[in-house]
Amino acid sequence: MSTALNTSCDCPECGGAVGLKNAPLRGEVVRCGDCSTELEITSTSPLTLSLAPQVQEDWGE
Amino acid sequence: MRVALLYTRVRVEERLLIEELGRRGIEHELIDARTCVFDIHDPAGWDRFDAVLDRCVSHTQGLTAVRMFEHAGVPSLNASAIIETCGDKLLTSAALARAGVPTPRVLVALDPESALGAIERMGYPAVLKPTVGSWGRLLSRVNDRDAAESILEHKATLGGPQHGVYYIQEYIDKPGRDIRVFMAGDEPIAAILRRSEHWITNTARGGKAEGLTIDPDLARVCRGAARAVGGGVLAIDVLEHPARGYLVGEVNHTMEFRNSIEPTGVDIPGRVIDHLLALAATRPPRTGDRVVEPKPAGVAHTPGAAALHGDPE
Repeated sequence: MSTALNTSCDCPECGGAVGLKNAPLRGEVVRCGDCSTELEITSTSPLTLSLAPQVQEDWGE
Repeated sequence: MRVALLYTRVRVEERLLIEELGRRGIEHELIDARTCVFDIHDPAGWDRFDAVLDRCVSHTQGLTAVRMFEHAGVPSLNASAIIETCGDKLLTSAALARAGVPTPRVLVALDPESALGAIERMGYPAVLKPTVGSWGRLLSRVNDRDAAESILEHKATLGGPQHGVYYIQEYIDKPGRDIRVFMAGDEPIAAILRRSEHWITNTARGGKAEGLTIDPDLARVCRGAARAVGGGVLAIDVLEHPARGYLVGEVNHTMEFRNSIEPTGVDIPGRVIDHLLALAATRPPRTGDRVVEPKPAGVAHTPGAAALHGDPE
């Protein structure tokens, strides 16, 4: 049985293919190469992407 | 030993920290603060950790979750008291002033009319900042009374209740740069200069970082600032005043460091993990604890945490 992680998924905004160079992490934010939308990895198995939350006023370092 | 990395968004910094934990064979779990439910009457489920590392981008979610971890007896890097102070510019300024740490002058007002009077008293230009927030967002350099009236009206009309706190800071005419010093406890571990033509020099806003040697005076000022807010792992923003020397502007408790590793040559994530493990080692053993030998370096215990390199974008 294959244990390889899926590292490609469709962008929920434009439908373009979003490929990941590294092992995906839940909560990670990636950018669609086609439409530049910020996407959040909401599941790694299966790999699913959602629109990333917009920056909130209390975000920062 | 088992630690938790608390996050709301996994960025380059979190990846580097996770990599470091994996490299050292430290048992760890990634905890998305957004998914947590804490039972304040039965916090036992969370006490499986020896320490938690707060990496939440949301101040509110991070502070709340850390308070709950502490409620369960789990120490946090940084502690909730530090997060509370550093996450609020007014509390930070007050802590610095109490400790005698040099810092720009600050006035606070709670009403637009009072704020206008305070800005006039401060003199132009002055800087208006929200007390919570970061990355140089929503900062205003107020150059004259017309601008002051306009900005205050906008804040009063469009802002929520938190914008009814008017934090007015003396404007420091920076020489096209400011300084950021990374602290681990009492030790300044690295420093950068952030250069920008804009008066906002945050690297999030395009400021360019270069390494800086920490002189004894800078180290002393930053040590004082770190102690004033309670210690921990911090990034201290320092302004240079031609007559008054180093002035501490802000203290950041969930520091970003991706742009500072290369110019300083300092393994900042490694130093953060050093500090986290030292904190975890201070936790008293729980009933039923058993001694577990650490796994060999390079073995990560959390699925997906191994062999992560660089930015996936």
